[in-house]
Amino acid sequence: MNSDLFVIPFNLGLYFILIYSVVRSTIWFRNLSRPDKLRLQRGFFGKPFMDSLKEIFMESLLHRKIFRKNPVLGYMHMSLAFGWFLLIVFGTIEADFFGEKHLNPPSHAIFFRWFNPDHGTEGLAKLYGFWMDLILAFILSGLLLAMVKRFIPGMMGMKKTTKHTWTDRIALISLWLIFPSRLMAESFTCGAHGSGSFLTGTLGSALASFLPAAEIAPFFWWLYSLSLGTFFFLLPVSRYFHIPVELLLIFMRNSGITTGDRHSSYTEVQTHACSSCGVCISVCQMSYAAGINDIQSAYLVKGLRNDRDIAAITANCLMCGRCEEVCPVGIELGPMRLIERRQGEREDRRLRFTERYELTRRRSTIEKEPTQSYGYLTREEPEHAEVLFFAGCMTHLTPSVIVAMKKIMESAGVRYRFMDEKGGVCCGRPLMLAGRDKEARELINHNSDIIWKSGARILVTSCPICYKVFRESYYLEAQVMHHSEFINLLIEEGSLRLGYLHRRVVYHDPCELGRGSGIYDEPRAVISYVAELQSAVQEGSMSLCCGGSLGNLTLSSGKRAVIAADAARTLTIASPDELITACPLCKKTFAQATETKVSDIAELVAAALPKQVASRSKKRPARHPAKASGNG
Amino acid sequence: MKGTPQHVIIAGGGVAGIEAAGTLADLGYRVTLVEKGDEPGGHILQWHALFPDRRPAGEVKSYLRKRIEHRNINIITRTTVEKIRHHGGGVAVNLSGGTEEKADAVIVATGFELFDARRKEEYGYGIYDNVITSAELEEMFNRNRIVKADGTVPSRIGLIHCVGSRDEKVNNNHCSKVCCVTAVKQAIEIRKMLPSCEVFCFYMDMRMYGPYYEELYREAQEFHNVNFIRGKVSEASVNINNRLVIKVEDTLAGRPLRMELDIMVLMVGMEMAGSGMKLAEASGMKRGINRFLETTDHHYGNNLSSIKGVFYAGTCTAPMNITDTISHARAAVAETVRYLNGK
Repeated sequence: MNSDLFVIPFNLGLYFILIYSVVRSTIWFRNLSRPDKLRLQRGFFGKPFMDSLKEIFMESLLHRKIFRKNPVLGYMHMSLAFGWFLLIVFGTIEADFFGEKHLNPPSHAIFFRWFNPDHGTEGLAKLYGFWMDLILAFILSGLLLAMVKRFIPGMMGMKKTTKHTWTDRIALISLWLIFPSRLMAESFTCGAHGSGSFLTGTLGSALASFLPAAEIAPFFWWLYSLSLGTFFFLLPVSRYFHIPVELLLIFMRNSGITTGDRHSSYTEVQTHACSSCGVCISVCQMSYAAGINDIQSAYLVKGLRNDRDIAAITANCLMCGRCEEVCPVGIELGPMRLIERRQGEREDRRLRFTERYELTRRRSTIEKEPTQSYGYLTREEPEHAEVLFFAGCMTHLTPSVIVAMKKIMESAGVRYRFMDEKGGVCCGRPLMLAGRDKEARELINHNSDIIWKSGARILVTSCPICYKVFRESYYLEAQVMHHSEFINLLIEEGSLRLGYLHRRVVYHDPCELGRGSGIYDEPRAVISYVAELQSAVQEGSMSLCCGGSLGNLTLSSGKRAVIAADAARTLTIASPDELITACPLCKKTFAQATETKVSDIAELVAAALPKQVASRSKKRPARHPAKASGNG
Repeated sequence: MKGTPQHVIIAGGGVAGIEAAGTLADLGYRVTLVEKGDEPGGHILQWHALFPDRRPAGEVKSYLRKRIEHRNINIITRTTVEKIRHHGGGVAVNLSGGTEEKADAVIVATGFELFDARRKEEYGYGIYDNVITSAELEEMFNRNRIVKADGTVPSRIGLIHCVGSRDEKVNNNHCSKVCCVTAVKQAIEIRKMLPSCEVFCFYMDMRMYGPYYEELYREAQEFHNVNFIRGKVSEASVNINNRLVIKVEDTLAGRPLRMELDIMVLMVGMEMAGSGMKLAEASGMKRGINRFLETTDHHYGNNLSSIKGVFYAGTCTAPMNITDTISHARAAVAETVRYLNGK
């Protein structure tokens, strides 16, 4: 028997990473807020636990989501993750079943062939050996694809991949060496002993025919152990840390923990759960339309992980949410970026190697001090109203939308008050997007006061930006409705009589209304009621951003125009008569970017109103649309 | 000149095209003037009076009319030049309608288009009745009647500068040069026609670059009580009395301002004409980021295209007033003649 000192690197690495993971998870848990701790504890003994196990199996091992998007990429991830998992599970069973004794240390399972060189020449053991070789071949096929992807990303349908740091590179090399060195180690040992199955046996006997297999074998066993050990040691400071952390993230998310508005253990976990896969770069319009390739979410997270000054990255984003929609790990990228926007100055320090192993980061949200106050705003005494209409600043820049909404509400006999007819106060969302929550809160309080005092039961707004903040950050009794929802309600309850327009139209989901607020069906129902709705190439949750987003704090007009032109081209590919949107900002942006007529959904509906609207509405009794909504 | 006279085609019968045609004809060249409208003349045909001296536009119009009454000039109306290409030693052009014309050189004088004010939706053009453009105001001067859409006489009119000019949001970074002084001229005319009507000009800068422009600006303030407010109008709406309400920041006083107006006049800027863009596209003529035709040198090659035998005249290269357009057209003729003599 040869000396088996070679297991030391593996053992050290394994016990280091196990202890490190346990300690770090414990600290993360300890730093959770009280409610989040309770959520996690409750989740551990209930359905969330089972859901998490299922999700871990489907996503972390099988990589179902990536598979659906790109089968080759999915296979690559699956063969490495699931294959390695199988190798560990069946290797442990093999060592337990065929080994000298039960309950072996892990090294005995991992280096089974070294300890049992003559094993598996007949019977069940031979069959089992075949199975183990099959798993190894499965992993090696994935590894081959991974190498191809690294050198020729286009082959895997990926336009962009993220850049590696040097620790990532060493970790990657050690990861890549693990399985080929195992193959070579097992083959040489099998070759020397005449054992092994179709892969290790065949390769082994071939090698042994012209090489001194028994002498060479230990070299590869050392290499195998060293690459495993190196990989485990570098794991916490490399991108591959995402593998164990993602498991924790799945448990936390399924227990109901969300990002919130400041840094916490959960943002830490999300930061480390990012695999830098680059899917967020591929779908980013800033990347493929405007050629900006250094601000995407993968770089934001990487900057957070390494404690860099990422203010420029943070500010330069449309906040459209497409990356969050496709993130295979399910990181809440939008809220994470907003937290960073709230952050004041941060020094840009390059972490020393050892610092990157630190168990806790001193990252805290030092919120910017308010730069201005809205103390000059005077309190208003609004008139009582059943329905309150808030056009919003952006809608005031598209007066045709206001004119259309007035016509529609008059035609339906809605008794409404126009809250910001003479100019109102901003809803606060643009300030929140800029990370200025304290200032935004002043505006929110001002508007809330007016809305409460009006006694309105429904608050209708024409702007998805206002809509989102009304729903999420205001405490209101009134039901908040975007005008597309409100028009749909008016149609459903029969108070709006409309003709049919013989126009083919395409609908653009505004970011804040679709992905931001989940309103996809109502606008489509309204449009289909009055015109022929074509489907768009990218719609629903993958709808494009118009490029005019208030979410980006630094993007130039020129780049915005390029993004707008690209999005408009995609939307009008089937040459519709009209491009319909439900956001004044999208309307204004697209109007500069395409020859196709651009209208708001309210304008389309107003065009379908019967003529002589004014005289008709006077004859009709006023109606209260809220009655039909049930929850108004 | 001996033998048959050389032939030059001029694309566009506005001020530049007419001046170039007349000058070439005087020099003995044969000219074909291609005009897309019913008659040559261009934008000036709609104009009532010209800055800086407010002389009647008719005086310049009759000068231009006489300029092309020449036996060497053949005028083709309701036609556009669609493509210019090389043919033998000269050039050939494709005309709308499918015909072809051969010549020794071409002068492109396709001119400008007024900015479509509907693209600045926040000003409500096409939505509110009493929002009009500077060109429509000029037509009111022609009819000698300034009234609101309902026929009543306005008591306050606002002129909004830089509509579609110096505005990144509509992809126009350029200054259209003539709108400031046009606004001053029109403000004075309103005040003279309706002495009881207040007039406000909302500007970013007053660009009084030409001779006697500054004097006109001073006159407007000293003798005609025109109010100038530095600030860009952000939005317009109508109130219950159907009066326009504008929001603007008075940047000199440093405070926001809301004002009611009876008529809002949008001083629309100049953009490269659509027909010129199509011609440039089809013929491989270069355009700058402001979409106007790009000449070979801003200083000493300002009539030259990168295509042999093709020359540029007038506002197809940049916004210009009438004075500069006429000079630019004569310069284009000089370049054309130099080229033809060298052939």
